[in-house]
Amino acid sequence: MSAIQYIKDIYGAVKSLLIGMKQTGYYFTHHKEIITQNYPEEKQQLAERFRGEVVMTHDSNNEHKCTGCTACELACPNGTIKIVTKFEQTPEGKKKKAIDKFVYHLELCTMCNLCVVACPTDAIKMDQAFEHSVFDRSQLTKVLNKPGSKIMEGVE
Amino acid sequence: MWSLGNITHSIDAWLNESFNPALALLIEFVIVGTMAIELFAVLGLVLVFMERKVSAYMQIRVGPNRVGPKGMFQTFADTIKLLLKEGLTPSGSDKFLFNLAPVIAIIAAMLLLAPIAFAKDFQMWDLNIGVLYVSAISSVAVISILMAGWSSNNKYSLLGAMRSGAQIVSYELSAGLSILAIVVLVGSLKMTDIVASQETGWWLFKGHIPALIAFATFIIAATAETNRAPFDLAEAESELTAGFHTEYSGMRFALFFLAEYVNIFIVCAIGATLFLGGWMPFHIGQWEAFNHVMDFIPSSLWFFGKTFFLIFLIMWFRWTFPRLRIDQLLNLEWKYLLPISMFNLLLATAIAIFGWHF
Repeated sequence: MSAIQYIKDIYGAVKSLLIGMKQTGYYFTHHKEIITQNYPEEKQQLAERFRGEVVMTHDSNNEHKCTGCTACELACPNGTIKIVTKFEQTPEGKKKKAIDKFVYHLELCTMCNLCVVACPTDAIKMDQAFEHSVFDRSQLTKVLNKPGSKIMEGVE
Repeated sequence: MWSLGNITHSIDAWLNESFNPALALLIEFVIVGTMAIELFAVLGLVLVFMERKVSAYMQIRVGPNRVGPKGMFQTFADTIKLLLKEGLTPSGSDKFLFNLAPVIAIIAAMLLLAPIAFAKDFQMWDLNIGVLYVSAISSVAVISILMAGWSSNNKYSLLGAMRSGAQIVSYELSAGLSILAIVVLVGSLKMTDIVASQETGWWLFKGHIPALIAFATFIIAATAETNRAPFDLAEAESELTAGFHTEYSGMRFALFFLAEYVNIFIVCAIGATLFLGGWMPFHIGQWEAFNHVMDFIPSSLWFFGKTFFLIFLIMWFRWTFPRLRIDQLLNLEWKYLLPISMFNLLLATAIAIFGWHF
C-alpha cells in the first residue's frame, strides 16, 4: 500500500462517515416527520390486499353463499378448514346437502388465500382484522357461518 | 464566587472540629461513597433515557412516550422491572465467577470516578498520576467481561468475551497515545494541572493539528473501549444474541448495563477534561471581559455540558454507523489509528518542545 493510497483511504473513510452523520444529524434536528404511528390510538390504513383472517360473507337476511362443497377444505394446505355438513329437507320433500358448521382454525391459518381462490361461489373472503390475541387457544377455533343462517336462494 | 469547593471545605472543617480526624475521614468516605452510588443511579436513568430518545429522533421515531410526560419515567419503570426479575444462574456455569463478574464491572467503573474533577475544587482524589490511573483502571473492565463470558459456559458468551478482550487490548494503545499527546503538551499527569493549563483556551484549540488528531483518535478509541456501536462486537446482538451477558438476567444484567453507561460517562468526562478544559469555562487568550462573562456560568455546568456533548457525539456514532467485522476492527486499530497516533505524538512533542502552542 502506497503512502498516497493510505492517506486517500483515510480521507475517503472520514468523508463517508461524515456524510452519514450529516444525514442522521438532519433527522435529529428536523423532528417533524414521524414514520411510526402511536399504535392503539392511531391505526394504519392497511393495504387493500392485506390478509388478516378468513370470514364468510352474510347478507342482511343472514344468508351466505356456501354450498358445503369442501373445495376450500381440500385446497387448504394445513387443515385449517373443516366443514360439517347436514342434510336438509327441501319443501318438495327432497334431501339437500347443506353446511352445518364451517369450522375455521385461525391458529393454524397461514393466510395463504388458497381457500378463497378455490371457492366456486365466492362465499368466503379475507378480512383485514389482525388483532387476534386471546387468552385461550380454543377461542381461535371459529365457526364462520352465523347461527341460524342458511344458503342464499339460487346458489348451487 | 459561589462554588462547590467552599461547601466541601466547610463540611470538612466542621467534621474535623466535631470528631477526631480518623472518624471524620471515615464519615467523609461514607458521604463520598453514597454520592458516587447516587451519581451512578442518576446517570443510569438519565443516559438510558437519553440514548432511547436520541436514537428515536435519529430514526424518525417518537421513542418512549407512555410512562410520564414524554416517557420521562420509562427508565424508572424499567429499573423496577429489572429489580423484581429473577436472577438466574445457569446450572453449567462457574457460579462464583458468574456472580462476581458484574460486581467487578461496576467496581471498575466506580474506581474510575475518583480522579475526575466535577467542578472547581470538587474532586474525590486529586492524585498526581490521574491520567495514568484512569488508563490503568479502565483495563480492569475487560476482566469482568472475560469472566462473564467464560463462566457462562456458553459459546456465544465466550466468543463475545474473546472479541472484547482483543478489542480492548488493542484500542487501549491508541487511547493511551492520544491521551499522551495532551499530557506532553501539559507536562503533567495530574487532573488539576491539566485543567489549569487550559485557562487561556482549551487544548482542542490551543494544540493545533496534533490536538485535533488526538481528539479524533481518542473519541474512536473511547467508543471502542466502552464496547459501543460501531464497535459493539462483544454484544453484537445480531450475531451473538447478547455476547458476554447472554446468560445474565435481572439485577446482574442491570449491573452490566449500568456499568456500560457509567463507563461512557467516564470516558467522555476524561475526554472533556483533556481536550475541552474540564470545568474550565470557555476562555479566549487575554480577552478579559469575555473571559469574565464566561466565568459567571458555574463550573459544574461547564463540565456536565461538555461531557454530555461528547456523550451525544458517541450516541450519534452508534445510531449512524454499521458494526465492523472483527478483522476490520483490528485493521483499523493496528494499520490506521496506532501509526497515526504515534506520529501524532511525535508532532505534539515537537510543538511542546518548541513552544508553538498558544
